[in-house]
Amino acid sequence: MDNDYIVDAVDVHKRFGKVEVLKGVTLQVSLREVVCIIGASGSGKTTFLRTLNALESIDSGSITVHGHRVGFQDGKNGTLVKASEKHLAAVRSEIGFVFQRFNLWPHMTALENIIEAPMRVRGVSRDEAVATAEDLLARVQLSDKRDVYPGRLSGGQQQRVAIARSLAMKPALMLFDEPTSALDPETIGEVLDVMKELALGGMTMVCVTHEMGFAREVSDRVVMMDGGVIIEEGTPEHFFTNPTHERTRQFLSKIL
Amino acid sequence: MIAIAFDWSTFWGYLLPPDELTRNALYLTLGISVVAQCFGVLFGLISALMQRSKFRVLRLISGTYVWFFRGTPVIVQIFFIYFGANLFLGFDLFPRDANILWFSINGAVLAGTVALSINEGAYMSEIVRAGIAAVDRGQMEAAKTVGMRQTLAMRRIVLPQAARVILPPLGNEFNNMLKTTSLLAFISVRELFQDAEIRYSSSFKPAEYFAGVAVLYLFLTTLWGFVQKAIEHKFSESDRDATMESGNWARRNLGRLIGGH
Repeated sequence: MDNDYIVDAVDVHKRFGKVEVLKGVTLQVSLREVVCIIGASGSGKTTFLRTLNALESIDSGSITVHGHRVGFQDGKNGTLVKASEKHLAAVRSEIGFVFQRFNLWPHMTALENIIEAPMRVRGVSRDEAVATAEDLLARVQLSDKRDVYPGRLSGGQQQRVAIARSLAMKPALMLFDEPTSALDPETIGEVLDVMKELALGGMTMVCVTHEMGFAREVSDRVVMMDGGVIIEEGTPEHFFTNPTHERTRQFLSKIL
Repeated sequence: MIAIAFDWSTFWGYLLPPDELTRNALYLTLGISVVAQCFGVLFGLISALMQRSKFRVLRLISGTYVWFFRGTPVIVQIFFIYFGANLFLGFDLFPRDANILWFSINGAVLAGTVALSINEGAYMSEIVRAGIAAVDRGQMEAAKTVGMRQTLAMRRIVLPQAARVILPPLGNEFNNMLKTTSLLAFISVRELFQDAEIRYSSSFKPAEYFAGVAVLYLFLTTLWGFVQKAIEHKFSESDRDATMESGNWARRNLGRLIGGH
């Protein structure tokens, strides 16, 4: 690693068939930085986020996360070769990902969702995994839902369990893909509170979000995407008081 | 008009109680069904996973298997599996008595079970494939994001959820299997139907024995119906609140079935 960036994405291109959804995205994220990516739907922001842990492959450019070249691994005599499934899994285990639709495993209780990966991927003992999970459940204020199946939880509660599930792997970085977009308005706040606390605790975070209040209050940097490229980025103050790009102004006037 | 003379005493004599030969035939029917269904599920699972493979050859093998065994009559499959090796290659694949581990097993029974297993696997393959497809893509993605590898995620996350989708059609398949074993009469396996046929041919009372054997099949399928309900109930556990769980699920469920809720 020749810099301090946790995320170093350079000129990332991605196409789905004939449509080029990412047309050269470059973004660096430093340790403990909180970056919010905003933009209209179809701007490529979710696709970009998903490329960061190889949920989507990329066509050209390079992505380095936490010192790993995403999608590649070291081959013989210093060359890079396409990453094996095992290597991909190992890299992903260091990156937390929170989905818009939670994707909790419905056949497991809240606790089981959280201890599954530490036990099966990391080989942590059950006692240790449970202890960590109980701490995390307390942190997201769901200790009383320990043995409840996801089907019995509200959207906000499910999302908090999903965040706890990611955190259980002690990730170096957390990626959030519109974590509150599928929630009832009254449960959005509880999820944002958890994210806010996480940010204050020094977690490096990249959030695709429509929550401008959160972006303004919590993020260090706001990035605006449009048409598969980043068209503007800056501090929240700059962004919300004096955006330079016309497209950003339009977008903000519609959403605020 | 001639009234059909139905000999009730033959009918009841056959059923109440069934003699040892009929009881053995019933056990054989049940045994073959259970074994063939288990292997059918196993073959179906393997075939469905092969169909998802990135290797074309595996997909092709699985596709051909399903196409062929769903597309030809079971009775023909039974015939060729039992006699095929002898007809074409000049040796018996299933000798009169085959020894498997410490069992000595009748060759026809073994061939019949193999045939039914392979045939069932083709149907189960489609059922398992549909079950896996029914699990939301986000489930596998979530597993990947926490560092789980494909096989682990399949085993721990996707298949348990697919199982719930697979279970009702699987129950149907086993119900079918209990009755399809009657085709083994064709290669002289003394299962329920063959047993009834032997009795009828020596007494010339087809109506009595065939009505009787229908009752015996109905007995087996009804019993299975209860078992299936209990299993499905068990698998739907995560739909209910874990904190409400108490006691023995089978007892509670059987109580509900018998007591009408």
